[in-house]
Amino acid sequence: MELRFTDAERAFRQEVRDFLAAELPEATRAHMIAGKSPTKEMVVEWQRKLNARGWAAPEWPVEHGGPGWTPAQKYIFREELQMWPAPSPLGFNINMCGPVIIQFGTPEQKARFLPRMRNLDDWWCQGFSEPGAGSDLAGLKCRAVRQGEEWVITGQKTWTTLAQHADWIFVLARTDPEAKKQEGISFFLVDMRTPGITVRPIITIEGGHEVNEVWFDEVRVPAENLVGEENKGWDCAKFLLGNERFGQARVGASRERIRRLKAIARETMDDGRPLIEDPEFRRQVTEMEVELKALEMTVMRVIANETKRAGSGKPDPATSVLKIKGTEIQQGVSELLMKAAGPHAWVDGDPEAEGSNDWDVAPPWAFGLAGIYFNWRKQSIYGGSNEIQRNIMAKAFLGL
Amino acid sequence: MDFDLNEEQTLLQDSIRRTLADRYGFEARKGYAASETGWSREMWAQYAELGMLGLPFAEDDGGFGGGAEEMLILAEQMGRSITLEPWFSTLVLGGGFLRHGADAALRGELVPAIATGECLLAFAQQERDSRYALHDVQTAATRDGGGWSITGRKGMVLHGDTADHFVVTARTGGARRDIGGVGVFLVPKAEAQVQGFRQVDGHRAAEVAFDKARASHCLGEDALPLVDRVVDEAIAALAAEAVGCMDVVHAMTVDYMKTRTQFGRPIGSFQALQHKAADMLVAIEQARSMAFFAAMASRGEDAAERRRDMHAVKVQVGRSSRLVGQQSIQLHGGIAVTMEYAAGHYFKRLTVNEANFGDTDFHLRRLADAGGLIAA
Repeated sequence: MELRFTDAERAFRQEVRDFLAAELPEATRAHMIAGKSPTKEMVVEWQRKLNARGWAAPEWPVEHGGPGWTPAQKYIFREELQMWPAPSPLGFNINMCGPVIIQFGTPEQKARFLPRMRNLDDWWCQGFSEPGAGSDLAGLKCRAVRQGEEWVITGQKTWTTLAQHADWIFVLARTDPEAKKQEGISFFLVDMRTPGITVRPIITIEGGHEVNEVWFDEVRVPAENLVGEENKGWDCAKFLLGNERFGQARVGASRERIRRLKAIARETMDDGRPLIEDPEFRRQVTEMEVELKALEMTVMRVIANETKRAGSGKPDPATSVLKIKGTEIQQGVSELLMKAAGPHAWVDGDPEAEGSNDWDVAPPWAFGLAGIYFNWRKQSIYGGSNEIQRNIMAKAFLGL
Repeated sequence: MDFDLNEEQTLLQDSIRRTLADRYGFEARKGYAASETGWSREMWAQYAELGMLGLPFAEDDGGFGGGAEEMLILAEQMGRSITLEPWFSTLVLGGGFLRHGADAALRGELVPAIATGECLLAFAQQERDSRYALHDVQTAATRDGGGWSITGRKGMVLHGDTADHFVVTARTGGARRDIGGVGVFLVPKAEAQVQGFRQVDGHRAAEVAFDKARASHCLGEDALPLVDRVVDEAIAALAAEAVGCMDVVHAMTVDYMKTRTQFGRPIGSFQALQHKAADMLVAIEQARSMAFFAAMASRGEDAAERRRDMHAVKVQVGRSSRLVGQQSIQLHGGIAVTMEYAAGHYFKRLTVNEANFGDTDFHLRRLADAGGLIAA
């Protein structure tokens, strides 16, 4: 039993910090400290700097440009970026589609797509959910029909995050309508410029444009863009979703938000005293810190387990905690940030975008905090809702 | 980072587990509880034979040189069987004072006797109005020739009715709630008046009165930091014990859900109940993580940081214990609120464990007042 990081791991953490200090533009950092999502330009610029350093794809094998890190190094890297804060490597490219191509793709697909994914020459998005297929993803209806050397895709995807930035989309489509629902699905790579694709914005509750509907009207896709075998796309999807859960703990991100929360609560006056001195408020902050410490240790356990039992495929019950607790904590902290802003949280919109803060109607830090709270309700819904996570736990770990 | 046990630790875990599985079933426990001492002298001798009672002491003192990890293993296994013997009082509390507060001569005298099961210790700390404040001490220590004389009354002294020696907190100076002036003394049982009783969790405890009792040793005249250190180790042991309790009562609950049928199907097929069982698992894993953290943090040399960490441990483990204890009863239904069914006894132990050395509210308040875990 050894519950500490090694000297080498601590040195690596410092190396990551030094790189962040030297390379991440201050404007990007300030933008993210304010709680805003990084812009496309910020993400692309940063991803390319990471790629130049060989750090663009932490999870990938060395032969495909991964850095060859241990699970502990990957964890340190992820957490340091979140704490700084800095944009993470683009998830659609690096954590979702890339690993699927590495696992199931042809040599040609690997050579063609992986280097461009790493360097963010192509921005990818995820075509999984449909209006009738959310938690029950395998119930999807989007069809792909073979015609000669092409597949023709028709249907509708929804909740497609940042499709407005995307060059490519990976799509689950039904290729055998007669088969049992999981068995007739295939995994396609589709160029967003292909005729027949329409992207329609969905404006989320706080007014942001983050997600979209993506319509496919007889979109013709070359047969070489099928990943893995025909009708075996569900294997790709399961593999991809299994990778997703690990990133949802976001311990570093929550630590950064709590730090921010405490700094704000120190500056904000409440009945003549700093808000942080209010016992009830302070208690709620502390509860979040305790939950986060426990989650951090749970993540460590999962990492240690992964290091020891790489490839054994044995599920670790601790992993199921990551999604549920990670999202509960993020939502809880976003709520406290909004509460800290008090009535100033009610000012709508982004002052920079609208120029509405000429009269200084609220302190600049308060803008958008309610919006984040509203928006982050999505966290316990996406990536397999927290109720679906409980179903999985009951079945996989409890045998119920 | 490695949370696995080494070979020796695995052997230790297996030997305790096997012994308890053979000899500490729920029916056997009832027998031990009903005996005169309220726990089993035979089992205590068995623990000595397994080397458990010398575990936390240095080899030079006659122990087996175990550390925080070995105590985590021991405490977790003891929790799994909700054992009634005074391992916590003697090894963790009394033993902690010997490790951190006694000189080599005293350790050399007591540790071999503890290791063979012949010497039992109890920590006489709490007073009628002190609640969870370790520094709130009215019991007085006065110089008496070359030694000390102790006068005062201690309550809720775990296993005080069978202890051979008491570790007693008493004021050498200062006012009732001062941080300074809290002394720690060793007092033989012959110097004390003891009234034993049973706690709700089946453990024995005692009210102990000292009237000009002569201390055999002074472990520190101004020793609140020593008390804090020992209590922090005790909190780590309590966390591991709670995890052991929670694992067993959760497994018991899930098994019951698979066998109990209503409306023509096992109740475990109902999603409302499945989600509660899943939430229990989340709570247990978070508590297990904190028990590991506690083993590490309880050794910390920075007292203020260590205290903050242990507050956090108590908060998380306490919340998990409450959820798991209450839900295990709820999911079972009426059977679990009967004396004859084991789940209720785990619930009772978890309830007492949660409040031992401060309940969740107490530690949450302390941690909040200390500024939390994360610097702004």
